[in-house]
Amino acid sequence: MNPVKPLRSSGFHLKPLKLLQFFLLLGVAIFMLTPLIVVLLVSFSQSAVFNLPSANWFDPDFSQWSLKWYRSMLNRKELMSTFSLSIFVAVTATLVSLVLGTLCAYALDRGTFKGRDALLAFLVSPLMMPGLVLGVAMLQAFRAIGLYEVSIALIIGHIVITLPYITRTVHASLNLFDMGLIEAAQTLGTAKYQAILKVMVPALSPAFLTSGLFSFLASMDNYPISIFLTTAREKTLPVEILKLLEESPDPTIAAISTCLIFLSILTLYIAQRLVGLKRLVQF
Amino acid sequence: MKYKKIKRSIAWLALPGVGFLSLVFVVPLLALLATSLIGPDNHFTLSGYVSFFSDKFNFGVLSNTLKIATWVTLICLLIGYCVAFAMASASPLIQAIMFLIFIIPLSVGVVVKAFAWTILLRSNGLVNRILISMGIADEPLKLLFTESGLIIGAVHVFLPFMVLPIFAVVRQLDHRLAEAASTLGANPVRTFVKITLPLTLPGVVAGCSFVFSMTLSMYVIPSLLIGDRYQTLPGLIARAYLFMRDRQNGSVMAVLLLSMAIAAVVLSALITRQLQRSQKTLASSV
Repeated sequence: MNPVKPLRSSGFHLKPLKLLQFFLLLGVAIFMLTPLIVVLLVSFSQSAVFNLPSANWFDPDFSQWSLKWYRSMLNRKELMSTFSLSIFVAVTATLVSLVLGTLCAYALDRGTFKGRDALLAFLVSPLMMPGLVLGVAMLQAFRAIGLYEVSIALIIGHIVITLPYITRTVHASLNLFDMGLIEAAQTLGTAKYQAILKVMVPALSPAFLTSGLFSFLASMDNYPISIFLTTAREKTLPVEILKLLEESPDPTIAAISTCLIFLSILTLYIAQRLVGLKRLVQF
Repeated sequence: MKYKKIKRSIAWLALPGVGFLSLVFVVPLLALLATSLIGPDNHFTLSGYVSFFSDKFNFGVLSNTLKIATWVTLICLLIGYCVAFAMASASPLIQAIMFLIFIIPLSVGVVVKAFAWTILLRSNGLVNRILISMGIADEPLKLLFTESGLIIGAVHVFLPFMVLPIFAVVRQLDHRLAEAASTLGANPVRTFVKITLPLTLPGVVAGCSFVFSMTLSMYVIPSLLIGDRYQTLPGLIARAYLFMRDRQNGSVMAVLLLSMAIAAVVLSALITRQLQRSQKTLASSV
């Protein structure tokens, strides 16, 4: 045993605390990741009752693994049609939000009108509201004006929650953009709109891509708004997954979920390469 | 003069976005509020609220909702506070890894995560197997379709929203303040209560308001982890609109849920402002 060192300023230099810190972080890491890993393992299992494919974690027997749930996923027509509706809604909502959000962000950053802080707060406020209440309110409003087209209702509904992401991110990165560059380009003889196109747009493109990817994910994963705007025949993927889980759960759902998890990880990877993760999550 | 005019016209660029949100976000919410206040005879009435609060069953639902939200917030706070400090004093590499460990589940949809917990919590699931092999439980515990199962799943989903804001504050702490306090003879408890806790309170308030208002309005997690027999406010709202088509009752509950969620956010903003003010006066008095 080492003799106890005298006079320590902060408790974290103590050995037992360092150990406690290590186990705390390890425990939380296991807690956070196990659910995702279990879904991944179940999706490769043979059994239809959500068993893990191999009981022995240190010497996994890969002959027990199978891709049959992925095959079943691809063979189910209704799954593929919900998937394509989800993608269509997410892409359209994201593109519209990119246009509207960029205009808002530009007005907030370059305009000199009063109440810009309040306007920004208004533009991001849908994220603070319970999604379920938004869904109910939109259901009622869309019924009242006779909007029964599922895909259009979904696109409009999803823009409400994707617009805040894009406005916030593009606004933050406009803040960092040096407007002097545009003036410099103009001094060098470029027309203003060309200067914006050739100087500002490339500088902001990481913000466009990152916020676009996250708004795509937010739309793909949305349940509380979608449940009220979909019908029995036209559903989005999360709505269909929850219905399957309640009616006929089988590891096909684990296969879809694994694909969704990898979609998220891919998005994070791209975002990390473009702007760094720390800037993505601003609290 | 011309310059100023251009500057002002820039404001109009926000019009499409603001107009869109007004039409499909503000107007529907106002219409929802109106529905909850207008009776069958098209007159203003509070009867929807009166009948909601005169039904004993609804009190049970409200207390379930608030109880679960409170437990989840407290557990997230306890774990999140310790984890934020542990992360802040870890090496940059471990910090980056932990950051990823919170961000990856955050970016995965809630349906997928709730589904994962239905696998983990079943009687022959991983959680029970670990509990038995560690000798904590003798036989499989019933976790799925219980309050504890729901709380475990919800803590997993909302923990990142607690850890990240607290971590952002803890990282900027000036550790010399705590050191100075202990050099001046304050014991660790006193140092924590007088120095560390007040300085980290803004992160705590932000995290708690995020987690509390999101737990109040969660719908997917309870419907998969505890089922229909245990009613929460969001579950009742969804049922009122999806199956029973009871507009008035549904809109009353939706307005109540909305006001609770907004109250949590507004309250936290007020507390944060108060904290900033008191810290400023503290700084100026020193």
